[in-house]
Amino acid sequence: MVCDVCKTNQATVFLTQIVDGKMQKVNLCETCSKEKGVTDPTGFALADLLLGLGAAQEIEKSGTLQKCPACGFSQADFKKTGRLGCPLCYDTFSEGLNSLLKAMHKGTTHAGKIPARLMESLQYDAEMKTLQGELQKAVVEENYESAAELRDRIKHLEKKSETNP
Amino acid sequence: MKLSNAFFNSGEWLKGDGPHHQIVISSRVRLARNLKNRSFPGWAKKAERLQILEEIKPRVEALPDMQDAFSEYLQDLSALEKQVLVERHLISREHAAKSIGSAVIMNRKQTLSIMINEEDHLRMQAIRSGLQLKNVFKMIDKVDSALESKLDFAFHPKLGYLTACPSNVGTGMRASAMVHLPALVLSEQINQIVQAVNKIGLAVRGLYGEGTEAMGNLFQVSNQITLGEREDEMISRLNKVIEQVIEHEQNARKMLLNKRPATLLDQIGRGYGILTHAYSMTSKEALNLLSFMKLGIDLELFPNDCQVAIDELFMETQPAHLQKGTQQKLAAEERDSLRAEIIREKLKSFPKPDITKVEGAGGSTADQKNDE
Repeated sequence: MVCDVCKTNQATVFLTQIVDGKMQKVNLCETCSKEKGVTDPTGFALADLLLGLGAAQEIEKSGTLQKCPACGFSQADFKKTGRLGCPLCYDTFSEGLNSLLKAMHKGTTHAGKIPARLMESLQYDAEMKTLQGELQKAVVEENYESAAELRDRIKHLEKKSETNP
Repeated sequence: MKLSNAFFNSGEWLKGDGPHHQIVISSRVRLARNLKNRSFPGWAKKAERLQILEEIKPRVEALPDMQDAFSEYLQDLSALEKQVLVERHLISREHAAKSIGSAVIMNRKQTLSIMINEEDHLRMQAIRSGLQLKNVFKMIDKVDSALESKLDFAFHPKLGYLTACPSNVGTGMRASAMVHLPALVLSEQINQIVQAVNKIGLAVRGLYGEGTEAMGNLFQVSNQITLGEREDEMISRLNKVIEQVIEHEQNARKMLLNKRPATLLDQIGRGYGILTHAYSMTSKEALNLLSFMKLGIDLELFPNDCQVAIDELFMETQPAHLQKGTQQKLAAEERDSLRAEIIREKLKSFPKPDITKVEGAGGSTADQKNDE
């Protein structure tokens, strides 16, 4: 098992901590554990390490994006507050956030409610894709009668979405 | 409608007639939502926060559920008024610290309250008496659906609703129930219960949420995870856990009645004696003693119609509620003596505990020696 911090050395220190009733695990190598002050149990919180790991360090490593282009928020700000700057920060810092979300939640994919408006547009996209696929097939097969019908249906769908955005 | 008028009628959830109301005080669900392409309140500059506020507020006020609602900017509320709202769980402690750029809107029944520019642009909550998480979720879901047709919420195809804190991302939902567990505390089983609940990804907290002390044997049980589980799944899982907690509390009460009646009677008797005769009392002491009076009512040591008085005292003895009747702010000692006076007055015609209900088969109220 490799160290979660440097990702190179063999991990020899295995930490489990319960923070707010949630179990968190971190594996560290000798050097990184000393550097993080793990040996001093009073001054060490796994959550801080995870936050640091999840957001700041990994973003630092990925290097290119230091600040959110939309709101100017940086990983240092996140380390300070534990809050993000704007919705787009989730894309800007996605790499680091992913491991943080994994530790916090059950999986990293939303399973709940979707706004109705978005649902409609998702349905529209799916329906449009099917119709266009069928149209292409009909054209290839030189089945012009059904191609004409499909073209009309596509036009109808487009019109519907324009009047009802 | 001015908010000050709301202070005279307490909220629907305080009336205590929901399902399982003896043990479950209230059920609450809140949803966090943010506008697309806007900075979160904690990062937004004042001008942007004000823009966001003015974009959201009229749309919330226009909701059918919010006809004749109380709607106030935070800077227009006094510290005392804010504290009253915190004590009623209608705004968070964090929101009470806000001023210009934030607002709160709540319906007349005080079952729905919507905070604008708390940690997220929108924090919407529904609260009802007793255990009815599903109904409460439906109430707030309806508000959310109505608002999303007017406002463009930040939604990520993979991560769901985006929130300022990554711990709320996904559903943005926090569902919780406030439970009264005196017998589990008295029989020292509470830590086991808390640990068991923690293990399955739920949190147990004190009276006013994160980082607060458990007073009056009151606890809040809520979900931790917001990403990866559907809202209805989460609610029914939480509901099942609460039902089990209720069962454990009921068993603990039976066990105390059978095996340790003296311990039980001592707590209730002391509660009665001190509350009816004290001349100075802190809010913490009041809550802890009232908790055992409430237990006494559940165990029929007091007549059933005494419940309203006790439920009212739970709220009226809180620091801000205590001072809302007086014109000026009171010092701590003045508060404590006023609190004792209000309690004595309310319990003046309260009968003594009827201990015949507790006497064991042999007519003895002594604890059994061999407990296990």
